[in-house]
Amino acid sequence: MSAVATVSGAASSVPSLWTLGAEQLQAPKIEYAQLSPTLIVLGAAVVGIVLEAFLPRKFRYGAQLILAALGLASAFAAVLGLAISGHATTKAAIAGMGAIAVDGPTLFLQGTILLVGLVSVFVFAERRLEPRSHKSGAHVDSWAAQPASVPGGEGEREATKAGWTTTEVYPLLLFAVGGMLIFPAANDLLTLFIALEVFSLPLYLLCALARRRRLLSQEAAVKYFLLGAFSSAFLLFGAALLYGYAGTVDYSGIARVIGNADRTTSAVLAETTGNDALLLIGGALVVMGLLFKVGAVPFHMWTPDVYQGAPTPVTGFMAAATKVAAFGALLRLLYVVLPGLRWDWRPVMWGVAILTMLAGAVVAITQTDIKRLLAYSSIAHAGFLLAGVIATSRDGVSSVLFYLGAYSFVTLGAFAVVTLVRDAGGEATHLSKWAGLGRRSPLLAGVFAVFLLAFAGIPLTSGFSGKFAVFKAAAEGGAGALVVVGVIASAIAAFFYIRVIVLMFLSEPKADGPTVAVPSVWTTSAITAGVLVTIVLGVAPQYFLDLASQAGVFVR
Amino acid sequence: MSPVNYVYLAAVLFTIGAAGVLIRRNAIVVFMCVELMLNAANLTLVAFSRIHGNLDGQIMAFFVMVVAAAEVVVGLAIIVMMYRSRHSASVDDASLMKL
Repeated sequence: MSAVATVSGAASSVPSLWTLGAEQLQAPKIEYAQLSPTLIVLGAAVVGIVLEAFLPRKFRYGAQLILAALGLASAFAAVLGLAISGHATTKAAIAGMGAIAVDGPTLFLQGTILLVGLVSVFVFAERRLEPRSHKSGAHVDSWAAQPASVPGGEGEREATKAGWTTTEVYPLLLFAVGGMLIFPAANDLLTLFIALEVFSLPLYLLCALARRRRLLSQEAAVKYFLLGAFSSAFLLFGAALLYGYAGTVDYSGIARVIGNADRTTSAVLAETTGNDALLLIGGALVVMGLLFKVGAVPFHMWTPDVYQGAPTPVTGFMAAATKVAAFGALLRLLYVVLPGLRWDWRPVMWGVAILTMLAGAVVAITQTDIKRLLAYSSIAHAGFLLAGVIATSRDGVSSVLFYLGAYSFVTLGAFAVVTLVRDAGGEATHLSKWAGLGRRSPLLAGVFAVFLLAFAGIPLTSGFSGKFAVFKAAAEGGAGALVVVGVIASAIAAFFYIRVIVLMFLSEPKADGPTVAVPSVWTTSAITAGVLVTIVLGVAPQYFLDLASQAGVFVR
Repeated sequence: MSPVNYVYLAAVLFTIGAAGVLIRRNAIVVFMCVELMLNAANLTLVAFSRIHGNLDGQIMAFFVMVVAAAEVVVGLAIIVMMYRSRHSASVDDASLMKL
C-alpha cells in the first residue's frame, strides 16, 4: 500500500480518477493458517489430477491412495492445530475478506468431514471383493473399468479384461471434501453457492462410476444431477433476492438489515432494501436449496434412487459427509443470517421436521432393498436433526454437531458392511437375500446389528446419546410437541431396524444365498472405525458432548 | 425505465425455467431450463447491483457464469453417457428404480 501512496504522491499530474482507483485498491488479506485445512485438501486434489495425467496406469492406484489419505490426514491435523490454539473459541474470527468464518461449529464440522472422508477413502480403496481381471491378473476395485464405454459393449469388455479401473475417484473425493469444508464455513451467499457446486459436481460424477449395475448407477447420476442443479438454481435465485433486499451478500450485513440496525433513508433503495417480500421469498428459496441437500421432506425425492443406484462406497460417503456439510450451512444461515426472522421460519421448519421424521420412518417400513431402506432411514434422521436446529439455542447447535458426528460414522460403517454381502451379480442388496446371514457370518451380522441398533437409538450406542441430546435441546427450546413426534417416529423406525436384525438372525438361510466376502485391511479398518465410534460415543459420550458444547457458538 | 422491471423480467424467466424443468421430458431440454433459471438469477443480481450502486452483484454474476460452465461440462457428460447406453435422453425412460 505504501508503494501506491508514494506513486500517487509523487506524480500529482496523474488524473484524479487514476489515483482514486489506486488508493481504493486494497490487496486482499488472506489468513492462510486459518484456511489451511481447505487449502491442503484442494491442493492434494489438484496434485491428484496431475498424477492421473502423467503416471502410468499401474502406479496410479497406489499414488492416488497415498496422496488422498495423506492430504485428508494432514488437513485433519491442521484442524486439530487450529482448535487447540483457540480458533474454535476465543480466537474465532472471519477470514478470507469476510468469506469464511473460522469458529467452533466450522472446526468441529470440518474435523468430522475430514475423518469421514478419510474412512471413505479406505472403503473406496477395497480391491479384494471383485474377481481379478482375466488378462493381467490385476486386482480391481469397485469402480468402472472405463466409465465412458457403453455398458455391455466391446470397449467395456476390453477395459475389464485389461484390468483397468477409475482412479479419478480419489481426486474427485478430495474436491468434494474441499467443497464440504467450505460449505459450513461460508460467511457470504456467494461462497455458499460456490461451495455447494464444488462439492456437488464431483458427487454427481462419483455416482456414475460403479463397476457393476452400470445402468442403475448412470440413472442415479442423471437424477442426482438434474435435481441437484434444479435445487442449486433455487438457492442461487434466493441468494440474488437476499442481495436485493440487503444490498450485500455478507451474512452479518444481511442480519443487520433484517434487524433494522442501519436503516436507509434513500428513496431509491426503499423499494428494495427492507422490502419484506424479497426477504421472505429469498430466505425461503435459500433454505429450500439447503433442505434439498439435507434430504428433508418434501425435497427428499432424489434420496432413495440416488442412494440405491450409486456405488455403495459413494453412497456411504455421500450420506455421511453431505449431511454434515449441509446441516452446518443450514445452522449458520438460520442462526447468523435469519435469527431476526425466526418467528417466520420456525413454524415452517416445524412442519418440515415433522413431515421428514414421519415420512422417512413410515415409508422405510415398506422397503425391500437394504440401500433404499438406509436411504429412507437417513431421511428420518434428517428430521431428528431438524428438531435440534429448531431449538434456536446454543444447546441446539451443539446437539446437532454431536448428532452429526455420531450419525455419520454409523452410516459409513453400515454402507461398508453392505459392500461385503455379495452374490454372482455383485452386491446382494435385496432384503430377502439377507435372511439367515447371522448363521453364516455371525461377526458381520453382529456388526451390522450394532449399526442398526445405533440407527434405532438404543442405549449404549452413539445413536441414543445423539438423539437424547437433540430431543433435550428441542424440548428446552420450546418444541415439546416436536419431541413427542420424534419419539413416535423413532419407535416406528425401530420396528424396521429390528425387523432386519430378526431377519438376519432368526430366519433360515437360503440355499442360494449370498456369500460374505472377506475384505482386505481397508474395509476392515473402516468398519472397525465405525463400530468403535458408535460404541465409544454411546458408552462415554461426555467428552465429545463437552467438545460439541464448547464449539456451539457462531462468530458473526 | 426503472431497473426494478428487470427484476420482474428475471422472475418471469425463472418461473419459465422452473416450469420447463417440471414439464419437459428430454434431459437436455430440462438441463437448458436449469441454465435459464441460473441466467434469471444473473439478471436479478445485475439489476440489483445497478439499483444498490455496488459491484457485489456483478462479481457474483461472473462467478455464476463460471459455475454454469462447469455444470455444463459435468451435466452433458452424464447425459451423453446415459444416451449412449439407452439410446434415449428421456427422463421418463430412466425408471429402473421404483419404490
